[in-house]
Amino acid sequence: MNVMDIEYPETEEEVARIVAGANAAGLTIEVRGGGTKLTFGRPVQSASTLSLARLTGITNYDPSELVMAARAGTPLAEIEAALAANNQMLTFEPIDYRPLLGATGEPSIGGVFAANNSGPRRILAGAARDSLLGVRFVNGTGEIVKSGGRVMKNVTGLDLVKLLAGSWGTLGVLSEVIFKVLPKPETAVSIVVSGLNDAQAAEAMAAAMAMSVEVSGAAHLPESVIHKVAGGRLTGGPVTILRLEGLTPSVEVRTTRLVAEMSRRGNVTVLDQAASHDLWRDIRDVKPFAGASMKPVWRVSVAPSAGHQLVAALRLKTGVDAFYDWQGGLVWLCMEADPEAGLIRQYIKALGGGHATLVRASAAIRASVPVFEPQPRALEALTRRIKDQFDPSGVLNPGRMTETM
Amino acid sequence: MTDLIAFLEPDKAVMARRPAIIADLAGLLPESCLITDERELVPFDTDAFVSYRRMPLAVVLPETTAQVSAVLKYCNDNAIPVIPRGAGTSLSGGAIPQEDAIVIGVSKMNRILEMDFPNRAAVVQAGVTNISISQAVDADGFFYAPDPSSQLACTIGGNIGMNSGGAHCLKYGVTTNNLLGVRMVMFDGSIVDIGGKALDSAGYDLLGLICGSEGQLGIVTEATVRLIAKPEGARPVLFGFDSSETAGACVTDIIGSGIIPVAIEFMDKPAIEICEAFAHAGYPMDVEALLIVEVEGSDAEMDAMLERIIAIARKHGVKTIRESQSALEAALIWKGRKSAFGATGRIADYICMDGTVPLGQLSYVLAKTSEITDRYGLRVANVFHAGDGNMHPLILFDANDPEESRKAEMAGNDILKLCVDAGGCLTGEHGVGIEKRDLMRHQYSDADLGQQMRVRAAFDPKWILNPSKVFPLDGRNGSQPGNQSARKTAA
Repeated sequence: MNVMDIEYPETEEEVARIVAGANAAGLTIEVRGGGTKLTFGRPVQSASTLSLARLTGITNYDPSELVMAARAGTPLAEIEAALAANNQMLTFEPIDYRPLLGATGEPSIGGVFAANNSGPRRILAGAARDSLLGVRFVNGTGEIVKSGGRVMKNVTGLDLVKLLAGSWGTLGVLSEVIFKVLPKPETAVSIVVSGLNDAQAAEAMAAAMAMSVEVSGAAHLPESVIHKVAGGRLTGGPVTILRLEGLTPSVEVRTTRLVAEMSRRGNVTVLDQAASHDLWRDIRDVKPFAGASMKPVWRVSVAPSAGHQLVAALRLKTGVDAFYDWQGGLVWLCMEADPEAGLIRQYIKALGGGHATLVRASAAIRASVPVFEPQPRALEALTRRIKDQFDPSGVLNPGRMTETM
Repeated sequence: MTDLIAFLEPDKAVMARRPAIIADLAGLLPESCLITDERELVPFDTDAFVSYRRMPLAVVLPETTAQVSAVLKYCNDNAIPVIPRGAGTSLSGGAIPQEDAIVIGVSKMNRILEMDFPNRAAVVQAGVTNISISQAVDADGFFYAPDPSSQLACTIGGNIGMNSGGAHCLKYGVTTNNLLGVRMVMFDGSIVDIGGKALDSAGYDLLGLICGSEGQLGIVTEATVRLIAKPEGARPVLFGFDSSETAGACVTDIIGSGIIPVAIEFMDKPAIEICEAFAHAGYPMDVEALLIVEVEGSDAEMDAMLERIIAIARKHGVKTIRESQSALEAALIWKGRKSAFGATGRIADYICMDGTVPLGQLSYVLAKTSEITDRYGLRVANVFHAGDGNMHPLILFDANDPEESRKAEMAGNDILKLCVDAGGCLTGEHGVGIEKRDLMRHQYSDADLGQQMRVRAAFDPKWILNPSKVFPLDGRNGSQPGNQSARKTAA
């Protein structure tokens, strides 16, 4: 595709005009924010591309209200800088897929919400969708629609906000997002427990989450991956990492309690704020599997106690490397060769359910293997009906989530 | 009782078939699950929005998902409206029936099916009360966070229907942030499982859509909810102020300073008097506005947090500060707050508004609220979740006086419009129901509502599920599936 095929609307009305035009002409559109996740999902087959890169700008931000509104194409970096200037942040700690996917460019805030990108703090503070308060979007017929608003609590009508979050541009083109922000924690530390195997780590993380210490990150890195994070400073076997954040006196109290509990399970060290920050950024961005390799990478979401069982079962059948976030419930798998989609999904079902998403693979594999978890028939039909109510002619991102949609 | 709010015209043909319908229902579930006697139907003719009452055709109280499925399929096949019901505590009329409808109540499905502590999840049936989840997991050091004031009675099914909040959702979020999965019966009787013990689910966020859909997308029969480790301790502190404005400014400052307490509740003088007379909670009586700020954690943590909050309150000229000294005192403070609606009900009839406004607009909206109720010659008591801007003005009136009842409803509508115009919304946690249905166009454009209604139709093609609620009765045709052509033409 050449550059001429990309349209760069600068207003919501222009977006609406472009989509309405495509809809009338029976054409399809690939919707793009910063373009850093283009190789995530199925390859889109479209006549043209609509980039939101020029629909930018923070439209409303009063730090004392803990709410920000921004046009969808606003770079995430600009959002985070504006928040940092007021000592605030996005609570859901959005993952940056660039290292893993080898992508360049700047992620946009619209893209973050369209993909529901969350990070380690999700276990305490919720996902991107939990922070999203309101959206404006253009549906597949070119209508401008709003849902939600800029207040913290809102049950007025159907919550289309949640539906749009994580819909990968298949239901509407986000034009503006309004989201909750929070003060940055005054301090953060990480408690590192060494030497636990995957099963012991799952138990330790569950025990930590059962304590009233507000763990804001719970990850386990097997020995095979520790040299890939935090500049290779972690050594000597697997590590289980628990993060505490908040007011300094409170973090001190909680650190003491958590260290006492974890010391019964393994050797414990405490990382200060700076070291903790680097380590969690690397976990968030799947650094262990980043690089030039195109080995298939899966993102698996299961019940926290099922994560290590899945990996143990897979190891008996195939070559796989893995690490865990979200108390063990978010499993990142790097396959030695074949993506093994069928095997992975069969084991997930057997372990009580969840889903697997093929995050990285060659375009050929992504076109032939279902990238997103196939749904049971009734839900698949419902999904189809919902899509039809937003985008009846299938203008937006055809094929991105499933082959037929 | 007033008649400002219309219901859909009941289908006379359905009503005429009542004996046959009852006979059919009797074939679908045990006799003990079917209520048809006129006197026994009375408790189901309204919910906590008592100004409106409609007698249903019949009530069924299924014991299993399969029974819900059978009844719903039957109703869909025969185009009989269905009103899902939890405990009937809706403040917006979400569970009020209509004359041609079958009420499907989930109250008999009240078992906790599983408590899974390693995965911090509980699987419960929809008729389980909100409080019973926390009670069941308490000994193991957990709780379920959303805590609507009606938590002793309200069901988790109703909470999901309305996306219920509560005083403590400032820190822990509302139902949608604490729900992991549901088992739901669809319009045609098919049973779907959405989500589970994993933190997110595949495909579109159907769970987020279902939460707060007011029983219009299906009937939830089971839920998987997130459990949270119980804090070591919690301490509510009372802060008394000379004016609502300074109390409001103090709230904004606390939040803006980076401290998020578990709860910040606001009461104005009328509310303080009503609640104190009922609960004897020891609220200060010589102040114009009261904040209940609750912090939690270990003693050291609470001390540290309170020190900062108190410093901010002093900056705003706080008049009295009282820390609870014991668990008993803390419980009393919350008893006063949580019984605010009930206590108000002892002295007058009331309707409770639920608009949410941006924090910076709190003082303005409070002042304007008083102007509105003054204009109608009515009294108002304000008691609400200040930390997230969720207002609850209680408009007091005499239900035996039709004129005053109408005035109260009109004042309520004016207040809700005020909330929307101040950048907020019609309802923060009580739902639209019938109460705010006709104000929806004040908040949403036709395109906004049209999109919502089309999504609704994807779940319930014949609009049999709670059909009189949420969406204005006029202007529905263009979005109903019988009229696909209108949409296609517009496209």
